[in-house]
Amino acid sequence: MAEGIRDKVAIVGMGCTRFGERWNCSAEDLMVEAFEEALADANIERDRIEAAWFGLSSDDQGPGKSALSLSTALRLPNIAATRVENMCATGTEALRGAVYGVASGAYDVALALGVEKLKDTGYGGLPERTKGTFEDLWFPSVTAPGSFAQFASSYVEAHGIDMEQLKEAMAHVSWKSHENGAKNPKAHLRKRVDKDKILNAPMIAYPLGLFDCCGVSDGSACAIVTTPAIAEKLVGEGPMVTVKSMQLALSNGSEIGFDGWDGSYALTTRLASQRAYREAGIENPREELDLIEVHDCFSVTELVTMEDLGLSKPGEGWRDVLAGTYDADGKVPCNLDGGLKCFGHPIGATGLRMVYEIYLQLRGQAGDRQLDTPKLGLTHNLGGFPNKNVCSISVIGTC
Amino acid sequence: MADFRQEQELKQRGITSFGAYVPRRRLPREAIASAVRWATPSKPGAAKGHRAICSHDEDSITMAVAATRHALDGLGGSGDPGSLFFASTTMPFADRQNAGLIAAAAGLDDAAASADIGGSLKAGVTALRLALEGAGDSLVVAADKRRTKPGSPQELKYGDAAAAFSVGETGLLAEFVCAHATSVDFTDHYRSSGASFDYVLEERWARDEGLSRIIPQAVTGLLEKAGIEATDIAHFVPAGLNPRDASSMAAACGIAAQAIPEEIISKAGDTGCAQPLLSLTLTLQNAGPGELVLLLGYGQGAELILFRTTDRIGNAAPLVGARAMLADFVEDDNYLRFLSFNGLVEMDWGMRAERDNRTAQSAFFRHRDTVTGFVGGRCTECDTPQFPRTRVCVNPSCRSTGTQVKEPFADKRASVKSFTEDWLALSFNPPLIYGNIRFDGGGVTMLEFSDFAPGEVAVGSPLAMQFRIKDIDPQRGFRRYCWKAVPPATWTAPHRSPAKQGTTHHG
Repeated sequence: MAEGIRDKVAIVGMGCTRFGERWNCSAEDLMVEAFEEALADANIERDRIEAAWFGLSSDDQGPGKSALSLSTALRLPNIAATRVENMCATGTEALRGAVYGVASGAYDVALALGVEKLKDTGYGGLPERTKGTFEDLWFPSVTAPGSFAQFASSYVEAHGIDMEQLKEAMAHVSWKSHENGAKNPKAHLRKRVDKDKILNAPMIAYPLGLFDCCGVSDGSACAIVTTPAIAEKLVGEGPMVTVKSMQLALSNGSEIGFDGWDGSYALTTRLASQRAYREAGIENPREELDLIEVHDCFSVTELVTMEDLGLSKPGEGWRDVLAGTYDADGKVPCNLDGGLKCFGHPIGATGLRMVYEIYLQLRGQAGDRQLDTPKLGLTHNLGGFPNKNVCSISVIGTC
Repeated sequence: MADFRQEQELKQRGITSFGAYVPRRRLPREAIASAVRWATPSKPGAAKGHRAICSHDEDSITMAVAATRHALDGLGGSGDPGSLFFASTTMPFADRQNAGLIAAAAGLDDAAASADIGGSLKAGVTALRLALEGAGDSLVVAADKRRTKPGSPQELKYGDAAAAFSVGETGLLAEFVCAHATSVDFTDHYRSSGASFDYVLEERWARDEGLSRIIPQAVTGLLEKAGIEATDIAHFVPAGLNPRDASSMAAACGIAAQAIPEEIISKAGDTGCAQPLLSLTLTLQNAGPGELVLLLGYGQGAELILFRTTDRIGNAAPLVGARAMLADFVEDDNYLRFLSFNGLVEMDWGMRAERDNRTAQSAFFRHRDTVTGFVGGRCTECDTPQFPRTRVCVNPSCRSTGTQVKEPFADKRASVKSFTEDWLALSFNPPLIYGNIRFDGGGVTMLEFSDFAPGEVAVGSPLAMQFRIKDIDPQRGFRRYCWKAVPPATWTAPHRSPAKQGTTHHG
């Protein structure tokens, strides 16, 4: 088996815009904003960047196809740049490209940048897009909340609990995100919300109410990565942050087409996390991970992800959530920056935004939400639908 | 008389099976009347009963497919209809064979001939006559979904439905005795090409100068041809006539009053082309052996078919005819929703309704047995049923390539694995309900659900499959169809024998 990329690549600079309704900004403006922060953070010249990976999910109303919008917006020095798209894992895919580029020895310094300008689409919720020539012929016109909502009915069925119990736990997830987001100046939603309001919100897709769903935001995030040797010279005070593992798992159609999956969990998260733990050398994630950033596109997604990451036992995630295990002061703080729910979910930027939070925490730069001395964090994206998806997991730590 | 009937008996052609389809949704006429009374007072009594109304995803094609499948169910897997005639005055396509699409969705072989027959409300009976006078096993299906102008008398009167008949030479429920047709260009109503609504003339003139002259004259012609007396008719199935007109026509023809079948217009409406055939299903379900049944189609002339029931007529009762379909209904008194379903009020469906639904016809053609026929695959290596059929088996422990034979899914039952009621997704009858489903006997997929009310679906809910409208491309006038999961009817339909398995094929 390949030895993996553990500690072969360091993150030396990161940047992230404020997420939200950035009516006055273009995607290019956001890209520059995130990039300038990362460049300053890395303390390097623009021309030292040798290759770039650009995460952009939807080009319907955005900057267009290819990575040309990145290279022109940032005035990159005619280097290789590649656009990547893998649904909600897009931002992490950009990082994976840059990390692997450096790990391979092809480049010394690489850039990963993700952006999404969702508010220009005019939709509340994600825009309606084609599902492909064939699936448009017969597949339901599902939405993201509608597809993820189905975790709930399956979870209740699989574990023999009442929907009311699950709804309570889901409400706790959303409540927590609002509590965390309120402390984050870059978060889209910064209001605390009580659980009654969450539970009594209008229904979006049964059983998901309005507060069970993440926002639709504009934003950009980026990372500059290099070799540990170069990073040694660049990193000032504070620990050096390295990539411990990056894993990706895609459905092969078995969840939607073969009856080996009960619908109450994400198969790919289970597979990708096992591989990521192995690559990173993690044996007991609940004990070893100091914080996590997971894909809480919907409250129920975060809840089942706690089980899929091996942090809660199957069927026990809802109890752990209610017990505060994943609260800011809990055993494994989850989505300290507000998560997709409150920081926002500009798709192409999301994976990098998660890494940004881990990076800030590891470097001791997370302000009001700073944990004591975290050493190891995990990010998780789940793109597509529970029955057909793309899952990315990254483990980031200090060296 | 005897000679003629003996001659017909030698041919041994007649009805071998039938099926009906009446949408579950029924609009109380009072709901219409109370909504439009401010503008157009209805006649006392006109607002009684219900009219059957298509859901947002139903049209004459989807209803015809449902009725055709019921007729095929009645054949119990025997017979391979060599032709399908579709009769309607409301065909969704003017130039694309509607019957061909129905045949494909009903699982008929590509070798089946097909024809659309329209242009008059008697087209359903015309199509049945053509099948009876032809050769081989045929399917005849009639369906109509006529749009009606709000506040019009037709809005109270019309309804949506379909009925299908299988015609052949063995296992007859009713023998074809003889037929008689007349053509009289009498326009008591008409609808020009491209027009949305019927233009309807005075009822008294239509009755006194139309019905009262054309029908008795045609019936007399048929009686002479058959060599029988009007009093020999045990069942007179009149086309789309209200009970009063049916009685007066029977009387004018010398047919006994008790020959008029149970009245169904008050329960479903005047269902256009389908009405006489729908009524015929009920008649056959109630008839005894050896009885003469006279079927009347009316519209710019008359079309008459005389049947004699056989000793097998008792087999008609359990078939899916009007009796079961009329009994199984859900009342929907939302007049505004009815208008919206028919494009008669412009609701604001938001930006999601702006999606471009252009169909890649080449891709559709390539996948037509998957999309229209709802044919999936079964892996010959691991025996896993799967939908859709693909090159590589979906079973993660198999993944064999090129091993799948055709596996029909349309007649399978299923149950809900997971579901949602999606209020964000575009649906013309929100919420959009869909979910992962598990087929009895194996196979899982995700489908849209239809005909469920919010709160009605649960994990484990039983499902049946129906052919419905997927979406409409308003820019190019094309409409796509697909299979959706619906609640199984309260009555138990007989099931076709396991479908044929074909050769390995992908698409």
